[in-house]
Amino acid sequence: MREVTAAAVMAAAARLCVEANLRLGEDVLAALEEARKREESPTGREILAQLVENARIAWEDQVPVCQDTGYAVFFVELGQEVQLVGGTLEEAINAGVRRGYTEGYLRKSIVGDPLERMNTGDNTPAVIHVRSVPGDRLRLRFMAKGAGSENMSRLAMLKPSAGWAGVKEFVRQAVREAGSNPCPPLVLGVAVGGDFEQCALAAKEALLRKVGEPQPEPRVAGLERELLEAVNDLGLGPGGLGGRVTALAVHLALLPTHIAALPVGVAFACHAYRHGEAIL
Amino acid sequence: MSDEPIRLTLPVTGEADAEAIRALRSGQRVLLSGTLYTARDAAHRRMVEALARGEELPFPSEGAAIYYAGPSPARPGRVIGSAGPTTSSRMDAFAPALMAQGVRVMIGKGSRSAEVKEALRRYGAVYLVATGGAAALLARRIKSARVVAYPDLGAEAVHELVVEDFPAVVANDSAGGDLYTEGIRAYRREADV
Ligand code: SF4
Repeated sequence: MREVTAAAVMAAAARLCVEANLRLGEDVLAALEEARKREESPTGREILAQLVENARIAWEDQVPVCQDTGYAVFFVELGQEVQLVGGTLEEAINAGVRRGYTEGYLRKSIVGDPLERMNTGDNTPAVIHVRSVPGDRLRLRFMAKGAGSENMSRLAMLKPSAGWAGVKEFVRQAVREAGSNPCPPLVLGVAVGGDFEQCALAAKEALLRKVGEPQPEPRVAGLERELLEAVNDLGLGPGGLGGRVTALAVHLALLPTHIAALPVGVAFACHAYRHGEAIL
Repeated sequence: MSDEPIRLTLPVTGEADAEAIRALRSGQRVLLSGTLYTARDAAHRRMVEALARGEELPFPSEGAAIYYAGPSPARPGRVIGSAGPTTSSRMDAFAPALMAQGVRVMIGKGSRSAEVKEALRRYGAVYLVATGGAAALLARRIKSARVVAYPDLGAEAVHELVVEDFPAVVANDSAGGDLYTEGIRAYRREADV
């Protein structure tokens, strides 16, 4: 067994929260630059230019890329040979979020009760998903998930007869209805298959692939291209004000499912797609 | 958008200013200077409740501009944190009541309801959009900020902001123009809707 301290997990979580929020990832920046060349709408080009400039200013002024610094979402891969000492994983991550959001001057956007709606004051609790994996490492993947995009998430339990055409239409409809709310250009995580909650989770996790990182499976890569084209044909464009680039990328996950089921989940990430990872 | 942006000074005072607002058309770029008031979900609820009790708005409402925003906290010595727009549709239910009090400019992101568009016509008001997520860039155009109402709401408190050359685009004008439908129609490639 290899020991990892709760203090190390806390420090890594805090750093991820601050860094991801203040510095837009190279992957997203490169995709925005590329979109600028492709965009035909003058308004769209102007918005893309503002977004690239915004990322530069955020880092220079040490302010968040977007004021909605989001839910703090963590996907954790916990090696079976890791022994966590000095506290629980959940406590350590929440302590990191508390520290990162306070010391990093990030906005605290979490309410403790969904009906009474009192702000918890420190952006906790984080949303934490843990998976046990082989090995002696602990991998923390983080995303700051603003509500503008999160509120547009969709899940449908389609009939298997709807097939790929049905999936495509559902994704298109979700993006069309979302309009400008999730701040396009988007990154979309789409999962097809699994059961209800597995499908939603896989769609969210699919977002975490780096934007522009090639899909290794040729068949899935082809389907991703088809979805991207279908979404860009909607004409929403940057800011939803009309244009060619509605989405920067679509990440697709296909999962085993039931003979009588065809779940489809669509997770939305806005252009301020803030994510990062740490390996302990 | 190749044209030079139109410069506007806020609040809207006097007939010439009011006419300038009525003359704006969807798709035009504007640069705002002057005073804006931030308000989002909770502040709107409180303001509309205050009006129902016969009280006044917590800022001078005549010709006022409201920015739908909840900034991130300022670092010590700084004016403000990041301050981009939030989704305006959540304020749709409250916006006509505020226009009736004199509010003439709203700034946010995303499309508005039929009731809001109708109120824009009735009051000669305008709805502008700032780029969602361009929050650090927009924050640099904010020269001062102070809380004027509901400090207990934190980021959701009403802030008075003084801005200089704050960039926005006219989304809905007082003549019924709507950039969201016009812009998307120009670039849509689907046959089915
Ligand atoms: S959707 Fe994203 S970019 Fe837009 S306001 Fe929310 S967090 Fe910011």
